[in-house]
Amino acid sequence: MSKFSKKRGASTPEISTASLPDIIFMLLFFFMVVTVMKDSSLKVKVTVPNATELEKLERKSLVHYIYVGAPLPQFQAQYGTAPRMQLNDQFAIVDDIPLFLEQEKLKVNERERDYITTSLRVDREATMGIVSDVKTKLRQSNQLRLNYSARFRTDDL
Amino acid sequence: MAKKSRREAPAVNASSMADIAFLLLIFFLVTTTIDIDKGIRVKLPPWSDEIPDPLKLKTRNVFSVLVNANNELLVRGESMDKADLREKTKEFIMNPTNRADLSESPENAIISLKNDRGTEYETYLTVYNELKAAYNEIWEAESQLQNGRSYKDLSFDMQKTIRAGIPLVISEAEPTDFGEE
Repeated sequence: MSKFSKKRGASTPEISTASLPDIIFMLLFFFMVVTVMKDSSLKVKVTVPNATELEKLERKSLVHYIYVGAPLPQFQAQYGTAPRMQLNDQFAIVDDIPLFLEQEKLKVNERERDYITTSLRVDREATMGIVSDVKTKLRQSNQLRLNYSARFRTDDL
Repeated sequence: MAKKSRREAPAVNASSMADIAFLLLIFFLVTTTIDIDKGIRVKLPPWSDEIPDPLKLKTRNVFSVLVNANNELLVRGESMDKADLREKTKEFIMNPTNRADLSESPENAIISLKNDRGTEYETYLTVYNELKAAYNEIWEAESQLQNGRSYKDLSFDMQKTIRAGIPLVISEAEPTDFGEE
């Protein structure tokens, strides 16, 4: 017993900080995994409706988004309040969809192009007119896999 | 001055650093919501310039659902509440009491959905959701009956077999243009 106590001097021992980098790396990896890169900033108001029969969208790389909704207040002077469509980062018209689809196709491996899914993120207050136009254009462009983005509804109708 | 401070440089006590890091980690673990995109999956029919002829179908096999610009439902000529749609759809598809005005068999049943350009998207999706839910519930019941297991637990091929027996056919017509967009 006395052997050990002798060895310790009067000075306090320094605490090893060797594990600190590990902790920081853990944090870093956590955020790297969790963070979802925001690929486009929304210019239209999109609050998706609620539904119950939901399915998860697999393979994020095969999914692209079409946003429909009323323009945000700062764009209303220019674009009005009627529902508009947004592709990537800008307002678009329905006729822009075929080109957009082609660009999305180029990003995907040729083998997987049949599995590309369009996710429609439409505001719950938008009217069906523009949504129907979008759907018609998608059908004409032979992009038939579609997903109506929605959130889970817990209460009854 | 500088010399002195170098000589007596006190070691910063870093033992609490790990605690701080963990605190941060737990804070973000709790607050971060990992947003998974979910939705109702739909397969659109291929585009054709021909207008489909509805007269080829028997009236009793068509379950027509109309949604107007005021978000009201008209199902087979009668107005209906959204909450009743699921049960009515199920009754139509399965026709358990063999009524002459409901579908001949689940295979022949066709749901025709038509909306107005002024219909709110939320209403449309709710209606679509109810129609799909009706089929999902029927498939679930069928799976319990045939296999004694939940539809979700079946293999992909077995699900396909059940779906082939009671196919989901939702035909969407061109929307009407009466309401204000």
